[in-house]
Amino acid sequence: MSDIYLDNNATTKVDPIVVDAMIPYFLEQYGNPSSIHKFADGVARGLKQARQQVQALIGCEHDSEIIFTSCGTESNSTAILSAIKAQPNKKEIITTTVEHPAILNVCEYLEKEGYTIHRMPVDKAGRLNLESYKKLLSDQVALVTVMWANNETGTIFPVVEMAALANAAGVMFHTDAVQAVGKIPMMLQDTKIDMLSVSGHKLHAPKGIGVLYLRRGTRFRPLLRGGHQERGRRAGTENSASIVGLGKACELALEFIEYENTKVKAMRDRLERGITEAIPHCFVTGDMYNRLPNTTDIAFEYIEGESILMLLNKAGIAASSGSACTSGSLEPSHVMRAMDIPYTAAHGTIRFSFSRYNSMAEVDEVLKVMPGIVATLRKLSPYWDGNGPVADPEKAFAPTYA
Amino acid sequence: MWDYSDKVKEHFFNPKNAGAVVDANATGEVGSISCGDALRLTLKVDDDSEVILEAGFQTFGCGSAIASSSVLTEIIKGMTLDEALKVTNQDIADQLEGLPPEKMHCSVMGREALQAAIANYRGEEWQDDHEEGALICKCFAIDAVMIEEMVWANKLRTVEDVTNFTKAGGGCASCHEDIEAILEKVLAEKGEKFDPTAAPVEAPAKIAAVKTPLTNLQRIKKIEEVLESLRPALMADGGDVELVEVIGNTAYVNMTGACNGCQMAAMTIAGIQQRLMEVMGEFIKVVPATEMAKLVNIEVA
Repeated sequence: MSDIYLDNNATTKVDPIVVDAMIPYFLEQYGNPSSIHKFADGVARGLKQARQQVQALIGCEHDSEIIFTSCGTESNSTAILSAIKAQPNKKEIITTTVEHPAILNVCEYLEKEGYTIHRMPVDKAGRLNLESYKKLLSDQVALVTVMWANNETGTIFPVVEMAALANAAGVMFHTDAVQAVGKIPMMLQDTKIDMLSVSGHKLHAPKGIGVLYLRRGTRFRPLLRGGHQERGRRAGTENSASIVGLGKACELALEFIEYENTKVKAMRDRLERGITEAIPHCFVTGDMYNRLPNTTDIAFEYIEGESILMLLNKAGIAASSGSACTSGSLEPSHVMRAMDIPYTAAHGTIRFSFSRYNSMAEVDEVLKVMPGIVATLRKLSPYWDGNGPVADPEKAFAPTYA
Repeated sequence: MWDYSDKVKEHFFNPKNAGAVVDANATGEVGSISCGDALRLTLKVDDDSEVILEAGFQTFGCGSAIASSSVLTEIIKGMTLDEALKVTNQDIADQLEGLPPEKMHCSVMGREALQAAIANYRGEEWQDDHEEGALICKCFAIDAVMIEEMVWANKLRTVEDVTNFTKAGGGCASCHEDIEAILEKVLAEKGEKFDPTAAPVEAPAKIAAVKTPLTNLQRIKKIEEVLESLRPALMADGGDVELVEVIGNTAYVNMTGACNGCQMAAMTIAGIQQRLMEVMGEFIKVVPATEMAKLVNIEVA
């Protein structure tokens, strides 16, 4: 069997149809969209079509609410910095402990500048408490920024409800939806979400292209000033080929959204059930009943994630881990710590994330190798004794901690 | 993912001496579960000769932690306890043909488990003497705790000071913001304020800056003088520098000893150039002497 890619929350393969749509914009219509000659006269049309394709996927009212950026991170930074620049008197931001670093690190930076950051905690299943959220909303808050779906566990936050609450309190609302767009249906025009970030490479478009949705009438300050591109809201020559590619990818995502929520979900469910039934001492993290259809994050106790990934990789299977060692930091994933997952399990979390390119045969292949990989590593583990964790307290592993 | 050496992969995929030694008479258990590593090392030591007859490991950790444990057991088998105590974490890393800087702590854990096991055999209590923080400087593998301690101990005030005392920040410079954050924190604890323009704590030996235009001979002498002042620092790292030729504003040098072939040679040369320019007050280009032939040929042509 050829290699199996189950790391689609990290990034995705560019759909060949998307590549085909992009190529003319490298080789023929390579003119600057701002020019009027024949090398550019089709580009504006291509960009307009792409804008409408994105609009259709996220269900916003106007295509002018779509601002093309270079990536999800740029969209996130633009949204946060715009909100505070446009409302200089408001010095508080509400977010969560489990956001992506593209949000958390901007907030941390603003904290040093004197902002108060409210980081809402999550429970053991990764859920927020809306009652405490309501208490945080005030006229001092410049922005609420809460992810639509968590990249590690797939847990979905009630952003539509939270945006309505923020709106009622007169507070701007942004959501980092890079994991949600294209995986779950959305209709932004029926919500009070003011800003939303999209990343192209999470939905089979290329890397280096993103979108910031900006509701008409939302006060805005650009991050990049310069030319008139994107109506002056994001200066810089348009990445026309990638914009066209993202448009096509959005069109395809809309076409496949039912497939994603049935067939892709069925593959995820089968893998998850198969693993948790075959392997002792492992459990699914996050909110099992309110998740992205393509994601499962499983904690394998008493072993470490990078070792699992290396053995998976040897078996031709790509996944990712919340362990410290894969990130270069010394701490396991902040999402696992926020959910109070014990260290011996948090280091052994493996995320399998599917796309429409996966198959049931691949699921079976993973189910075939996974029990052996876990058993091999547990044999090496000082916390493991034969068929289970070390039970005899006399023999219990009690290292001197550095 | 990490760029692991073939040796690391070999020891990870086919670990040696995995599992606990039966009839072990020495056990060392160390680790840091928060950073995802823990190791139990068991030894069978011959009571008369103190030779390590058998060694086994059980490790909870990443690929390099398992590889470090495996290679450690191979290194120490057959050694006496006194010999084994001399094994450093660098020895473990060297046997693995190197580890990524973020993973050096895996080799440290190996050495600590060994010390703990030997202490256990001798009926002593092993004390961990090493606290580990987040890795700040990836070029030289310096962590936050080390930098904080040096800032406290030596009253460091600027990033330049930190680089002079710990090497941290002396490479790619991308950690300078993090180092400034540490300085801000520690200085605030001492009731001081971080000032990026503060004078260096211990300025390098002063050489009078040049004021008037130099003849070529004067320039060569001055360059020699500057190199002389930098030599102790280079020699501390086991290297040296030799001035080969000066053509116009270009000084050709030979990096010798440990500097020769070192990955950091290019950076060292940049540092020498910076210092020369400060003293000479003119643009000086420092170039490895190996480049001289090419350039001379071009000039001749």
